[in-house]
Amino acid sequence: MERAFALPHWLQLMLDSLGPLLWAALVFTAPLTLLSFVLGLAVGLGAALLRLFGPAPLTAIVRFYVWIIRGTPLLVQLFLIFYGLPSVGIVLDAFPAALIGFTLNIGAYSSEIIRAVITSVPKGQWEAAYSIGMTWTQAMRRTILPQAARVAVPPLSNTFISLVKDTSLAAAITVPEMFQAAQRIVATTYEPLILYVEAALLYLAMSSVLSTLQVRLEKRLNRYGGFLEARS
Amino acid sequence: MIGLSNIVKRFGDNTVINDVSVDIREGSVTALVGPSGGGKSTLLRCINLLEIPTSGTVRVGDDAIEFKPGTRASTKTIQTLRRQTGMVFQNFQLFPHRTAIENVMEGLVTVLKWPEAKARERAAALLEKVGMAHKADAWPATLSGGQQQRVAIARALAPSPKVLLCDEPTSALDPELAQEVVDVLGQLASEGTTMVMATHDLRLASKIAQKVVFLEAGSIVEEGPAGEVFGNPRHQRTRRFIASITHQHGDGGEG
Repeated sequence: MERAFALPHWLQLMLDSLGPLLWAALVFTAPLTLLSFVLGLAVGLGAALLRLFGPAPLTAIVRFYVWIIRGTPLLVQLFLIFYGLPSVGIVLDAFPAALIGFTLNIGAYSSEIIRAVITSVPKGQWEAAYSIGMTWTQAMRRTILPQAARVAVPPLSNTFISLVKDTSLAAAITVPEMFQAAQRIVATTYEPLILYVEAALLYLAMSSVLSTLQVRLEKRLNRYGGFLEARS
Repeated sequence: MIGLSNIVKRFGDNTVINDVSVDIREGSVTALVGPSGGGKSTLLRCINLLEIPTSGTVRVGDDAIEFKPGTRASTKTIQTLRRQTGMVFQNFQLFPHRTAIENVMEGLVTVLKWPEAKARERAAALLEKVGMAHKADAWPATLSGGQQQRVAIARALAPSPKVLLCDEPTSALDPELAQEVVDVLGQLASEGTTMVMATHDLRLASKIAQKVVFLEAGSIVEEGPAGEVFGNPRHQRTRRFIASITHQHGDGGEG
């Protein structure tokens, strides 16, 4: 009778490992994702503004930064920061090293998105803002950025969802995030298929939550109408 | 008193405004007319410094700025002068992410730092004036062109500017919707609002302008009282232009 209630081996293993995986997701994957996205957006906004409005030397620096980050593998960047920098006396813990790596990465990619959406707001909106007496900063904050934000949601959501999955690369520089937790369980159970499928499903679940949030955010930002709306 | 003295505007080697001086009396309506590319919009935009003149003096009220090639006026001086003007654009340029009343409140709240309630009260009164009170909470995208332009007029008037600048205010509208806007501008004119408008809508110009300035190739060809310039133009060029536009209207074409 007892056997009739026993779960299949694979399901039992998945349930047993769910706790450690979720814990790793909660303590490392989620904070790493959220922190590096928020910081990365700040870097990206600053880089985009410098690229668009800054003096020539700073514009050149921003272009160089974007060129380097986009042109080299994220994994190599993480290795350079964590394993390479100690050679020049800069020793970082794994988590801050990963945070810096992901922030720089998000900063470079999002700066191009932010630059594009700012330039997508018609010039007439700047003129309208100036005509009622606004300063550049007021026009940017009150008129341009809110309209740019609407356009930015789909591409920035792409970046965000990629980031959730890319945080698994932090396992390679010893951050005990969710993928590394799965690797550890595999090392003792020798069940790579089951554990990695489970990890994949958990990443899929996190991405799905973000996609749902994206739809809701788009709805909210689209409420003033005047453009083609996506079918849902 | 609003005045432009010896305004020159060059884009590279191209001289768009060539030594133009215009005086605008308080409470009067001045129409800048002329063919496309004649410089009327650029001249209008020199008054609120959306275009910075290459040289010349712009005066609004007690503020005057003299421009010279190679020197730059400070952002602060430009803003001080600009804040005494209001502008209406050909394509309305309402802020699409704000409702009609929020559009009108924006300058009061953000620039003049009025408290929200006071700004809302004034905005509501202005919407009433342009016949848009019933659409106060509508998004601009849901309004017709004529309605959007009327909200834009209220927005421009909100900070009580010394002069209302209108850049082709009816050109993006079909004749029926244009009429709504002409009516509102006519009412403002009769209340003594100082206005300068760049337009080739002769119905608009002849109905509300006292003074007409005919510009071509960046220079004034003819200026004078509206009745004279339209009814009995002195210059051959003006006559031809007015005839061509009147003809268009006769054909039922666009203004």
